[in-house]
Amino acid sequence: MSLLRRRKPITESSDSKPLLEKEEEEHHQEDDDDDDEEGNGKNKKTPSKIKKKRGEKPPSKWSCLDTCCWFIGCICITWWLLLFLYNAMPASFPQYVTEAITGPLPDPPGVKLKKEGLEAKHPVVFVPGIVTGGLELWEGRECAEGLFRKRLWGGTFGDVYKRPLCWVEHMSLDNETGLDPCGIRVRPVSGLVAADYFAPGYFVWAVLIANLARIGYEEKTMYMAAYDWRLSFQNTEVRDQTLSRIKSNIELLVATNGGRKVVVIPHSMGVLYFLHFMKWVEAPAPMGGGGGPDWCSKHIKAVVNIGGPFLGVPKAIAGLFSAEAKDIAVARALAPGFLDNDIFQFQTLQHVMRMSRTWDSTMSMIPRGGDTIWGGLDWSPEDGYPCSKKRENDTQITDQAGADNAVCKARSANYGRIISFGKDVAEAPSSDIERIDFRGAIKGLSAANTTCRDVWTEYHDMGLAGIKAVAEYKTYTAESVVDLLHFVAPKMMARGTAHFSYGIADNLDDPKYKHYKYWSNPLETTLPNAPDMEIFSLYGVGLQTERAYVYKLSPHAECSIPFKIDTSADDEATCLRDGVYSVDGDETVPVLSAGFMCAKGWRGKTRFNPSGVRTYVREYDHSPPANLLEGRGTLSGAHVDIMGNFALIEDVIRIAAGASGKELGGDQVHSNIFNWSEKINLRLDNEAMQ
Amino acid sequence: MSFLRRRKGTGSSKSPNFVGSKIEDGDGKKKLFESPGKKWSCWDSCCWFIGFICSMWWLLLLLYNTMPASIPQYVTEAITGPLTDSPGVKLRKEGLTVNHPVVFVPGIVTGGLELWEGHQCADGLFRKRLWGGTFGELYKRPLCWAQHMSLDNESGLDPPGIRVRPVSGLVAADYFAAGYFVWAVLIANLAQIGYEEKTMYMAAYDWRLSFQNTEVRDQTLSRMKSNIELLVATNGGKKVVVIPHSMGVLYFLHFMKWVEAPAPMGGGGGSDWCAKHIKAVMNIGGPFLGVPKSVSGLFSVEARDIAVARAFAPGFLDKDVFGLQTFQHLMRMTRTWDSTMSMIPKGGDTIWGGLDWSPEGQSFNCGAKRLRNNSINNIVQNANLNLADNVKSVNYGRIISFGKDVAEAHSSKIKRVDFQQGAVNSVKLPNLTTSCDIWIEYHEIGNHRIKAVADYKVYTAGSILDLLHFVAPKLMARGGAHFSHGIADNLDDPKYQHYKYWSNPLETKLPNAPDMEIYSMYGVGIPTERAYVYKLNSGTDCSIPFQIDTSAEGGSEDSCLKGGVFSADGDETVPVLSAGFMCAKGWRGKTRFNPSGIRTYIREYSHAPPANLLEGRGTQSGAHVDIMGNFALIEDVIRVAAGATGKELGGDHVYSDIFKWAARINLQL
Repeated sequence: MSLLRRRKPITESSDSKPLLEKEEEEHHQEDDDDDDEEGNGKNKKTPSKIKKKRGEKPPSKWSCLDTCCWFIGCICITWWLLLFLYNAMPASFPQYVTEAITGPLPDPPGVKLKKEGLEAKHPVVFVPGIVTGGLELWEGRECAEGLFRKRLWGGTFGDVYKRPLCWVEHMSLDNETGLDPCGIRVRPVSGLVAADYFAPGYFVWAVLIANLARIGYEEKTMYMAAYDWRLSFQNTEVRDQTLSRIKSNIELLVATNGGRKVVVIPHSMGVLYFLHFMKWVEAPAPMGGGGGPDWCSKHIKAVVNIGGPFLGVPKAIAGLFSAEAKDIAVARALAPGFLDNDIFQFQTLQHVMRMSRTWDSTMSMIPRGGDTIWGGLDWSPEDGYPCSKKRENDTQITDQAGADNAVCKARSANYGRIISFGKDVAEAPSSDIERIDFRGAIKGLSAANTTCRDVWTEYHDMGLAGIKAVAEYKTYTAESVVDLLHFVAPKMMARGTAHFSYGIADNLDDPKYKHYKYWSNPLETTLPNAPDMEIFSLYGVGLQTERAYVYKLSPHAECSIPFKIDTSADDEATCLRDGVYSVDGDETVPVLSAGFMCAKGWRGKTRFNPSGVRTYVREYDHSPPANLLEGRGTLSGAHVDIMGNFALIEDVIRIAAGASGKELGGDQVHSNIFNWSEKINLRLDNEAMQ
Repeated sequence: MSFLRRRKGTGSSKSPNFVGSKIEDGDGKKKLFESPGKKWSCWDSCCWFIGFICSMWWLLLLLYNTMPASIPQYVTEAITGPLTDSPGVKLRKEGLTVNHPVVFVPGIVTGGLELWEGHQCADGLFRKRLWGGTFGELYKRPLCWAQHMSLDNESGLDPPGIRVRPVSGLVAADYFAAGYFVWAVLIANLAQIGYEEKTMYMAAYDWRLSFQNTEVRDQTLSRMKSNIELLVATNGGKKVVVIPHSMGVLYFLHFMKWVEAPAPMGGGGGSDWCAKHIKAVMNIGGPFLGVPKSVSGLFSVEARDIAVARAFAPGFLDKDVFGLQTFQHLMRMTRTWDSTMSMIPKGGDTIWGGLDWSPEGQSFNCGAKRLRNNSINNIVQNANLNLADNVKSVNYGRIISFGKDVAEAHSSKIKRVDFQQGAVNSVKLPNLTTSCDIWIEYHEIGNHRIKAVADYKVYTAGSILDLLHFVAPKLMARGGAHFSHGIADNLDDPKYQHYKYWSNPLETKLPNAPDMEIYSMYGVGIPTERAYVYKLNSGTDCSIPFQIDTSAEGGSEDSCLKGGVFSADGDETVPVLSAGFMCAKGWRGKTRFNPSGIRTYIREYSHAPPANLLEGRGTQSGAHVDIMGNFALIEDVIRVAAGATGKELGGDHVYSDIFKWAARINLQL
């Protein structure tokens, strides 16, 4: 083929000529003669003409393909050229351009603090959250051949596209035990690479690591406590001995750094995981780590929680109920067109739901504390939150904003109703809602549609009657949501309740709280006896965060999930958009969940914090990146992007270099967290009991 | 550009339009249009060609990606017949499962190093691999790279402002470069019987540092201790199987002494730490007694293994293309790496042979290997040759000789002038400093001393140390503080408590762990550098004054002298003597080096090159690194990890004459 084409340029230059008028051809030949190279052009012309006659069609047929090839070639060459230039370009060039456009960049916090003379002091431990840690294959079925020690989760996600069913099969856990299905071993990646980048170019911990390295940190003073985030917390110890590894590594860090205690930095679900760890390490040997009651005070200087869902996230409910949360089903965001539509008849959403429902860890984030924390039918701590506040702040018309706020207060959303069926139900006063208790409802035998049995979701066991009963209860608060989940997904919740608990303890000394299922719930455990320790809660504010949902019954297709967020429900005034009521937060965790424990639950000496561990709330107001060059921004408050927030990084580095919470400036609050915490009526002192 | 071309395409098919527009343009314009058209054509066809190749490439890539994963195997099987099961699969069928946790100790060069802090020229390389991976930076900014890979010349630690640290985790040394496996095959096979990261640990360390300095700077030895303890604790008290490779063998010897030693200098594990935590040490290709290659590496940067970089960029590094004096840069760099000195031959003339004798000298013949592969007909013929070879034996003891005649002459005929007393410390010539901005110690020596070195004519293992002290006093001063190369007269002498002796098996005792087993596994059947013929380099100003005399060739085809290098049996890097002696004799039974009578086993693997290209680096290789993919070796390792003892494995497994040679060495035991 290439031979054919090689000749063409010659043929073509002569090809077109016969088509032209004779005069022009003569002109043309004169031109040819002028060129030395084309001196023998006449000789060449004859054979090419013969060729043309033989195959008159090919040239015109080829031309389209040729043009394509030519076009691709052009693009390739330009691409290579640019690539070459890019590689040959001095490394400071992009910075130079950025500076030329946006003005001088601020020093990254690491550089700035190095100039201030800060140095590596306390070793740091990172505890990544759900979803962000990489998972790799160690043993798989035939369809996953060649993927040994390749990342199934994180990285490029290439195999989601290539073999989606195989991928889902390997990412799922066993439905009964919540551990490996037989013949499949998927294990967390270890080391800093586990969660520095989630996908290429999408940093999680990388920016923080780079800045810490500026003041002298390196791998002997940093440790990534990577764990398999699909498992329930205690199961990570059962299967991988992850908690033991964390304990041993923290001890090693302290020992090799001259006895300096570690600064622990958990993010997202890692916050709960580390709460669990702190209880585990103190507990005696068979169930716990046997570190003794003073392990934490000996080894931990501070716990710097970033975006911690201490009290759970409402998003988790939507995720479990109908696989519609953005964060848990991140895969959807990566491949929206592919996963949302059933293009290949794969019932993708159900597969994703089936997969994510085998992950016990998702149940760690169901809202805890019930109506006491999250509000009941007619009240919620955030009542009166003006959801349009942010926008008006930007326009700086404060007077008007005040007026609007007043209006908002009059008609605020009932955040306490985490799930409502229908917008009218969500807005009506509680007395107007007729509710039929679903708990007793008989789950009808599954309608004989065994056809969709290959895709297992528990909804098919529920039958129509059960589904209807769920909808007729109309509205669910934080407490009844747990019951709801028990009703719609009994198997999953049976596994879940063996590992997690969502209540509030009446008496923390009750021996039953020695069980590991309470360890990750801050409302059912006491903090360790470590008066010198400090707990920080760092989180972003100023973003719309899912808080309550308006649901509808989905038109009943055979094999689909019967409930769906009612995306048609909108209301400007009450923050209702696409069926979701939102509130202040970091896009995933509402302020209430991230801030309450440090703002009130643990503040001072309470029954949850008997030794008076000092707590600090540090909020970071979100502002979007000014332009595209900034990428994900250095002032972001979003759940994951906050890991690149310069102010947060500066705080973390200062703590790691030895600063205490007071030296940092104590609390730093933008939201109404203290206000809202006041409204929550949670008993904090032990004495009241007796 | 694309627009122009588009028009052309339509023009040829819809001529009327084209003609019309032509006429309107007029003749003058036509000229303008046509002549660029012709000029473009070359460009166009280029573009077309590249585009064509690209699209074909993408198409093939697409096909390759959509292809079921079993096809390559299918094709291979169709060509070479059914493949043997990989050892992991085979042993899994036998019912072997995870038992003892395993610890890998990688060797020199094979571990990745990444940048944590650097000078401005290394901007953007934070946490990128400087060593291992693609070596992209070596090409892009060679000087910057050499600067960052060097250590401080005085302390042997980081130069100020630069922090290069070992990669940690299994990724540190599973692949050295993309597609060039080191530990990956072994890891994959272990995984087949159920191993995973909680039962495997890669004890990665910065292989440029002296062993004790890895603890001083990175606390690597402490980490290793803690991790081994964790492995034992989380696996129900099952002891670990340690698998060191190459220099890792020496590193682990050092570790075993360190962990027992009391706290300030050692790890404070107590004298029974090894007995409690280690089931077996399975040394792969261990240079227990050093490698002659390291001498040439230090002397003139000409060893293959230490300067692996040369293999990656031979044309670039061998010639001074850019006037960068690459070689000197390389030498300067490697000379700052203390670890290279751990592999200088140990035990002096007692082990390596003197002027007129060597353990291998009388019996090893270099043609022997080829003979085994030949058909039976040739055996008789070759046997005759062997006899001839035996008569003219090689003086392996003379590790460096100046001139081929010197290497072969009888010792009484060689006139030697002692270089240490004879040479006056001449003043540096001024012109040397002006023209050579690159520091290598040779420029401080001066011409007289260089000549004196050559006049001594021949160096044995013992005098080589003196030679290195003479030509590179600074380097050896650092080295002398961390390594020792002698033989202990009295092992109970308190001076042997010092860490510099810990990596020398001839100056330390094995730990008190009678249940432990020590294996020495290595390849045989490949000619291995053993002694060198040197010449003085025609002295340009800035070059290294000594060079291997590549013109020195032995007479016959079977001669051991090739390209100025005498070779002996081994795995291409480590001679059999170094890898096998300790386990064959030095530690066999209860000796003074092995007071508790730890059992030792020798497992040799005869080298067979891969049958065809499809096999890659082969499954029966005996080469120093490729042996990590040798199925027989992997099977042995897995069996031991799954609980087998050396006896169950079949005890010794020997192809070479190691026992004969070891017997000839007169070492007090």
